Amino acid sequence: MADEKPDIAEMSFEDALRALEDVMRKLEGGEVPLDQSIDLYERGEALRAHCQKRLDAAQVRIEKIVTDSEGRATGTVPLDPE
Amino acid sequence: MPANPPFDDTEDNSNAPGLVASARAGDNAEPFSVSEISAQLKRTVEDRFGFVRIRGELSGVKRAASGHLYASLKDDKARIDAVMWRGSVDRLAFQPEDGLEVVASGKLTTYPGRSNYQIVIERMEVAGEGALLALLEKTKQRLGAEGLFDAERKRRLPLLPRTIGVVTSPTGSVIRDILHRLADRFPSHVMVWPVIVQGKGSAEQVAAAVRGFGAIEPGGALARPDVLIVARGGGSIEDLWGFNEEVVARAIAESPIPVISAVGHETDTTLADFAADTRAPTPTAAAEMAVPVRADLAGWISELGQRQRAATGRTIDLGKERLAARAERLPDSESLLQPYAQRLDELAERLRRGLVDRARTGRERLAGLRLSPAVLEGHLRQARHALAAQRLAPQLVLGPLARRRESLAALARLAEQLHPDKPLARGYVRVMAGDGATLTSAAGARKADLLRLKFADGIVDAVPQGRSPPAAHRPKRAKPSAAGQEDLFG
Repeated sequence: MADEKPDIAEMSFEDALRALEDVMRKLEGGEVPLDQSIDLYERGEALRAHCQKRLDAAQVRIEKIVTDSEGRATGTVPLDPE
Repeated sequence: MPANPPFDDTEDNSNAPGLVASARAGDNAEPFSVSEISAQLKRTVEDRFGFVRIRGELSGVKRAASGHLYASLKDDKARIDAVMWRGSVDRLAFQPEDGLEVVASGKLTTYPGRSNYQIVIERMEVAGEGALLALLEKTKQRLGAEGLFDAERKRRLPLLPRTIGVVTSPTGSVIRDILHRLADRFPSHVMVWPVIVQGKGSAEQVAAAVRGFGAIEPGGALARPDVLIVARGGGSIEDLWGFNEEVVARAIAESPIPVISAVGHETDTTLADFAADTRAPTPTAAAEMAVPVRADLAGWISELGQRQRAATGRTIDLGKERLAARAERLPDSESLLQPYAQRLDELAERLRRGLVDRARTGRERLAGLRLSPAVLEGHLRQARHALAAQRLAPQLVLGPLARRRESLAALARLAEQLHPDKPLARGYVRVMAGDGATLTSAAGARKADLLRLKFADGIVDAVPQGRSPPAAHRPKRAKPSAAGQEDLFG
């Protein structure tokens, strides 16, 4: 059973996907009581939406690190490798 | 030099060593001072060996605090001391260490103070690939013994990194290949830490970049990468040497962020590769390991969504069926309720009837309680009879009254007879004093100034003998008869 339910918004994509797959397994196992299966479904949907959001937000951003005199990263500038 | 040395004329010992050295004719070689010969030797050596290349094995390598490097070069029969000044050491492309076969270039010189000769190395290179590989193997053994390359140290890469840190040259095909493949698979945020990837200083830069990425605080202004790619294109073992340096291997092994290494071609394996969490055969492959294919993931997630809907739907359908099956077996609501409804009706009827009955009995009792005039009249008659029965008979009063009246009349007659003036009619006189008080004794009469004699028909005043009538009463009582008469009537 999904006893601990961390906040989905805080979950990494990987954790959310794994949780979604867990939900899937339980639902497809068919041994979850009906009312629980609806809760599970809702959670699964939230996880799916979270994952989807992450996929939708994917965009390219290429930067180059700028360092200070001691070699620490202090910022970035756009990088054009061409 | 003494011109005439003593004993010189007495003996000829030209061929035998004398006790004292002396200058002779034909002796053109003056003895050198040590410094002279040392200086000459130094000049000779430096002139003759101003530039030599020596191949040998390094031994006794020691780097002084000053930065100079001291060592020996040796082979199986000989050794020569070597020194490398700091400026040259800084240009070394590898870390000199004992046992490494090198080719050192420089000049020979002497150290007169200690009767030494040595080579001042200006350049030093590893003596061929074989030697380099031997050095690599040695370093690998050493670091491996420390556990730097242990399988347990390897971390799993994140499935979908938010930010990817790349340590490589900012120009060239390597970074282009990586960025292209990343963009194809999953458009990502990439931060490139530019380094030189070949030659002197490359190892230090690569190590510093790996450590620099690890030093970025999570949640700070700079995004901290979730995975690092350390990459370099193919090249000779020399070209790749920077990635075999201990400093690079250590930085990668100690990186708090998982590292993918992609150095050289598939056949080249550097210490960086051994230390990394995952080794990619090429930079492109590193990009593939770093991120999943977005479309695949999207497909998988969408499939999960469908399957989850389907699975939930099945559960719900199953539930519906079971519900329907049970609902059929349920008795219908009317038949369940009927006995209660009947009972309710019954009770309602009883309630109604009970109420009516109660009202009726109440009314009857009320009617029974109603006051009738007859009753009142009856009571009144009775009371009147009782009252009549109680009526006083006049006789009860009149009888005693008559008796009392007679007694009273008798008493009155008696009183009449007993009146003191009654006897007056029969000739008696009542004698009173002037103030009207009845005198009953002669003594009283003698003391009185005036006597008033009351007859039945009037009063006559008299004055006892010897007494004069009281002045006050004189005028009124002086004429006893006429006046008396008048008084009596007046």
